[in-house]
Amino acid sequence: MLAPEPVLVRRCDTRSALLVTGLLLLGAGSALALWASGTTVLVTLVRMLVLVVGIIAAIAGLGRLARAARGKPVDVVFWLGMTWLVLILGAAALAPWLPLGNHDDSVAGLTAPIFAQPGGLGADYPLGTNNYGLDVLARAVFGARTSILVALLAVLIGTVVGGLIGMVSGFVRGTTDRVVGILSNALLAVPPLILLIALGTVLDPSIRSIAFALSLLTIPSMVRLARANTITVAQREYVLAARALGANRMRLLLREVLPNVVLPVLSLAVVMISVLVVAEASLSFLGIGIEQPAPTWGNMIAEGQGGVMEENPYIVVVPGICLFLTVFSFNLLGERAQKRWDPRSAKL
Amino acid sequence: MSTHLLEVVDLRTVFHTARGDVRAVDGVSFSLAAGETLGLVGESGSGKSVLGRSVMGLISNSAMTTVSGQVLLEGTDVHALKPSARRRLWGPEIAMVFQDPMTSLNPVKRVGTHLTETLRRHLRCSRSEATERAVDLLRQVGIPEPARRLAQYPHELSGGMRQRVVIATALACDPRLLIADEPTTALDVTVQKQILDLLGSLVVERDMAMLLVSHDLGAVAGRTDRVQVMYAGRTVESGRTRPVFAAPEHPYTEALLASIPQLSHPPHTVLRAIEGNPPDMARPPLGCRFASRCSRVGEECTAVLPALSVVPSPVAADAAARAVACHHPVLPEPVAMEEVGHGR
Repeated sequence: MLAPEPVLVRRCDTRSALLVTGLLLLGAGSALALWASGTTVLVTLVRMLVLVVGIIAAIAGLGRLARAARGKPVDVVFWLGMTWLVLILGAAALAPWLPLGNHDDSVAGLTAPIFAQPGGLGADYPLGTNNYGLDVLARAVFGARTSILVALLAVLIGTVVGGLIGMVSGFVRGTTDRVVGILSNALLAVPPLILLIALGTVLDPSIRSIAFALSLLTIPSMVRLARANTITVAQREYVLAARALGANRMRLLLREVLPNVVLPVLSLAVVMISVLVVAEASLSFLGIGIEQPAPTWGNMIAEGQGGVMEENPYIVVVPGICLFLTVFSFNLLGERAQKRWDPRSAKL
Repeated sequence: MSTHLLEVVDLRTVFHTARGDVRAVDGVSFSLAAGETLGLVGESGSGKSVLGRSVMGLISNSAMTTVSGQVLLEGTDVHALKPSARRRLWGPEIAMVFQDPMTSLNPVKRVGTHLTETLRRHLRCSRSEATERAVDLLRQVGIPEPARRLAQYPHELSGGMRQRVVIATALACDPRLLIADEPTTALDVTVQKQILDLLGSLVVERDMAMLLVSHDLGAVAGRTDRVQVMYAGRTVESGRTRPVFAAPEHPYTEALLASIPQLSHPPHTVLRAIEGNPPDMARPPLGCRFASRCSRVGEECTAVLPALSVVPSPVAADAAARAVACHHPVLPEPVAMEEVGHGR
């Protein structure tokens, strides 16, 4: 009875302290960030610094609040990232049914004001309009739809095709393995951007063909990972034991090897998503991806070229922040997945 | 002869490596009847495991290996079968228990899946029948709460439990011949005894034949009918377990037995090891393979390979006659090796 008491007292004590400091930090941080984003008093560079400091303070405050609520440290950045992912994926999936403005009809945009400044929630144009009078918020959401769809499709193709090729070549070995090795090394040796530009000139700029082009980037690394894991798994005694019970090669591959190879491959796939979101944005920025007026984050950022960004920074800032947060969140998720599923850290 | 379940005649397994041909098994013959247990002993690298796998047909002719000689399972040559026909033997006819239960169960498959998959494949029974049989099998190998174990993953079980599961999977399709490849090497001493007792009683219950491969002389001594001592891919001595261990005739068997520490020895007695290492099997010596380590080596030993010859036995026309491959066998004198008989 005596032993747990001091612990209890200390916990109550720290909990209230955490609550107070957390609330203070969160309030001060968000106020600072809000002021910095709106003010014109400071030089841009200093303003950005103040903004970042405000955001960090707000996140630290949120962390304290979460710790006070849960009673143990919480990875707030991770959960903020996951919240963003849920929001952006949900918005992207439901985009056609959301009450959004005009995102790609440039004829209808003729009657709308161009470069309308962001009006905030409740305004006609919450995040402003671009030079065709199209709604930036709607374009950001529909852009998310394209960017994430392309990245997911490419990763899906790359994981399935690359994973299967890698598994078969690692299991069969011999000539098949050598040929696959040469091909995947050859694909890895081509600079990715040059390969994409070359493909972009040949293929028509549709979601399907861009997903295909991007999947070519993921296939070689997937092949390598799946092959390496298959080789280690195939040497394990349980594969021999299954063979000694009369399993044929197909069965060995599907029932013994595949379940052990899936996890490391999947965790690489999550990391790949963020790489491909960036790759898709680069392509669209260069004008060889999805074409205007259909929005993607890449071609939205490209709209800021030619002095537009200096006048109307929100044109670049909105898609830029979307891109940054999405990639950042997918990376956090991928890191978690790898930590959890990496065979090197797993017990035998 | 036809009463024998398994008949191995002059089996040779050669691996073609970059260093040359490695003769892992070099002309081994034996036979095994139902209900009988044959112990295969020898130190690491003597070809015991390769022999076990060659008998099963897991090692067969390929670009890298040549298997010659005959392995007759009830008259059919295992190595003459097509791979698909041979696969049908594995499970219902021959099964194998592997050395390390930590690695011979797939970590991502439940215990039940290991058992039911095999059952459903070979016996073509329904899911519920397979589950019923799986529970029954787990009970037979002495696993408490078998129904609950089916849903568990291998890492949730202890080493001894896992080896019991491995044995249960091997027995799933009622094999006639069980090859136990060092089944107790990775286990605790107390668990070793349990597993060996279990295997012994299963052999009797099911009238199986068992090939017990081990380097643990204690394990072999108490639980086999006959024993075959291997050295460098060849049989150096064979016969009934008790007389072979009581009065070894080959110097290698004698040295092997002498190297077992005895409880009766005073503490800090220096262990009697066999000097040197087994020969390089890519370049085997001309004469007896044990010659370089043998205490009784003579001139002819380094020049002429001794054949395995039957020792005249006091019991006439013994089917499991004592045979030894040595130019200078140890003279049979009544030596008491009581401790070995009891094993661990």
